[in-house]
Amino acid sequence: MSPRVGVVTFPGSLDDRDAARAVRIAGGEAVALWHGDDDLHGVDAVVLPGGFSYGDYLRCGAIARFAPVMASLVDAAKGGLPVLGICNGFQILCESHLLPGALTRNDSLHFICRDQRLRIEDTSSTWTADYAAGQEIVIPLKNGEGGFVADERTLDMLEGEGRVVARYLEVNPNGSRRDIAGIRNERGNVVGLMPHPEHAVEELTGPSTDGLAFFTSVLNSLVASS
Amino acid sequence: MARVVVDVMLKPEILDPQGRAVQGALGRLGLTGVADVRQGKQFVIDIEGDLEGERLELMHRLAEELLSNPVIEDYRMQVLPDAQDVAQ
Repeated sequence: MSPRVGVVTFPGSLDDRDAARAVRIAGGEAVALWHGDDDLHGVDAVVLPGGFSYGDYLRCGAIARFAPVMASLVDAAKGGLPVLGICNGFQILCESHLLPGALTRNDSLHFICRDQRLRIEDTSSTWTADYAAGQEIVIPLKNGEGGFVADERTLDMLEGEGRVVARYLEVNPNGSRRDIAGIRNERGNVVGLMPHPEHAVEELTGPSTDGLAFFTSVLNSLVASS
Repeated sequence: MARVVVDVMLKPEILDPQGRAVQGALGRLGLTGVADVRQGKQFVIDIEGDLEGERLELMHRLAEELLSNPVIEDYRMQVLPDAQDVAQ
């Protein structure tokens, strides 16, 4: 039986269907999870998709953090459940304090939508194990508040512990400190990423298929551990 | 009735691109010597009854955990005792 990967839909989620599709293309079973339901329905991993949960009111991800599903998810993530937060999902993970730092308005003030080159810096996480260390990939980036910030001590800690998962190459699109595009927690089961791997999983619809390995990584790790 | 006013500002070390854009506009509109602009948020919350004890503590906690993000923002909270007076 293929692993079951939950995809949470909040009011204002945008990329939940693409995330579910990416899970299926990678060979997993996608399970729809609802923000108002605190039951994770026994899934083996969870994707928090991109979008504008609660209209981005207050701060991006600030209200979603208190949704019923998040209480269960935070506990499960602390227990080792693999969780990938993409874009708005990354913002929610930071607001939930599952990941350090915060995402702030792009330094240009423009909403950025482009195919972005990244370097995968860390392959020890559950979501990046199928990449080669230092591999360069191109996947879509689309955000208005994607500038990763944290204090210098936190940034040094992330760098020192190898927790920077992906870094922007060629151009820093949003003013992220140290060109950080994605980070992981200490254990490596929780990853937040500003660009969108779920939009780059097949030739017809994406700039590449470079994003697929995020999803195959978690599925392979689940199969290996079962 | 109590009125709670919470001001939330980005921490000084966090870049404020919106404030910078406003600073540029002020200069273009003829205001000289604008050294800095920071943009923040203000929440005005009217609460029935007196805000004391546990409810006041909860209000403080929510100002820190919901209304602001301590990673990037500072908040300042004032409790004004009578909303009828301050509303005028």
